[in-house]
Amino acid sequence: MNNVLIPSPLRSYTGNRLQVAAVGATVAEILGDLDRRYPGIRFRMIDEQDAIRPHIKIFVNREQVRRLDAPVAGTDEVIIITAISGG
Amino acid sequence: MATKRSAPAPATLVLIGTRKGLFLLAGDTGRKAWRLSPPNFLGHIVQHAVLDPRDRRTLLVAARAGHLGPTVFRSTDRGRTWKEASRPPAFPKAPAGETGLVVAHVFWLTPGHAAEPGVWYAGTSPQGLFRSADGGETWHGIDGFNANPMRTAWVGGLQEAPPDGATLHSINVDPRDPQHLYIGMSAGGVFESTDGGTRWQPVNKGIAADFLPDPDAAYGHDVHCLRISPVDPDVLYHQNHCGIYRMKRPGDRWTRIGEKMPKSVGDIGFPMVLHPRDPQTAWVFPMDGTTVWPRTSPGGKPAVYGTRNGGASWQKLAQGLPAKDAWWTVKRQAMCADARDPVGLYFGTTSGEVWASTDEGKRWRCIARHLPHIYSVEAADA
Repeated sequence: MNNVLIPSPLRSYTGNRLQVAAVGATVAEILGDLDRRYPGIRFRMIDEQDAIRPHIKIFVNREQVRRLDAPVAGTDEVIIITAISGG
Repeated sequence: MATKRSAPAPATLVLIGTRKGLFLLAGDTGRKAWRLSPPNFLGHIVQHAVLDPRDRRTLLVAARAGHLGPTVFRSTDRGRTWKEASRPPAFPKAPAGETGLVVAHVFWLTPGHAAEPGVWYAGTSPQGLFRSADGGETWHGIDGFNANPMRTAWVGGLQEAPPDGATLHSINVDPRDPQHLYIGMSAGGVFESTDGGTRWQPVNKGIAADFLPDPDAAYGHDVHCLRISPVDPDVLYHQNHCGIYRMKRPGDRWTRIGEKMPKSVGDIGFPMVLHPRDPQTAWVFPMDGTTVWPRTSPGGKPAVYGTRNGGASWQKLAQGLPAKDAWWTVKRQAMCADARDPVGLYFGTTSGEVWASTDEGKRWRCIARHLPHIYSVEAADA
């Protein structure tokens, strides 16, 4: 079970919870499990070609990952951040 | 300003999609008093919001936030509660090693035919056509367009895309035949299908395309807004990047009716609005398409222009609108008519004002202001 930090623009999916749990050995599996628990959340972050959307950043612990097949260990924390820019 | 907190039971509901969310403007039976809702989806870019005329309860909203992917929100109680589509419009995943299309935003929503309850169509940026058969809960691409081997040739590439992205819009369903569809694209032009979207034919003869080397190009035109007459679906009007046009089917050549507009105003604009019962009557909202295309009201003097004779002549309809120093304009989804008699007209401005006329354009008054940049305005019988 991994701890996942949800940014404020996506907390409407998690009942306004900052920290949620998800299971998976890769970022893709974590996001898939997250979407099962909170339907619709994945597509707001990941496009239909499985690319991370431009203003979304995903970190495993403190390291940014750019591919969904990046591995996630059992105790790793997954942090999702949305860039806040524009007017 | 007639907006107030307590109005009688609404008779007309105006749906306002803005750069910062959705607002509902409820009017009384006389269309005199208006009550503005708090924002829905505050912070989301709402390109279009449409109430289903078949049940008057289902409301679909095309939305995205600046940093999140596009989606469709649904209400089955006219905006009191909302759910997100479980399968929003999305292109298929490309095979490994190939580049696939990505929906940047859902741009346009059209309810399906009266005989097909629950059917909706959506147009996206980049140009994609999607269909839902369950009231907007799940969306599937129409392969006859999205996967058509000619699609890339029809729509061009990034070079041809407008500044806010290339779009498929103006989805019109023939009220006589659910299989008969028209679409408009920026860029791409007008296309028609008579088999529900499996096959498509360009319908662009007679349309100017100042940006194409071939004066008789079959496709690649820049349609801003296309409408078919609800009372005579063989009559089509459209506002193009290069003029205002009308066509009567089975003819296949457009006539540039905008040439009868005053030369000082021109015939460039975004919206096209048709009378619900008179195929000879239409309204446009001209903008400045000269030099570098300011896309503001010409000379800072906003005006609606209307025709009662199929475009043979046009009348300026600006009573009540600012006489000068008003540099806003009206986007392609941001002007509409209701079905009342006399017809009510509504438009929303890039400066966040909603203007209404209850006498088919003769007199105008502002019914909401201080809203964000308005992308869409739809009026519905409530």
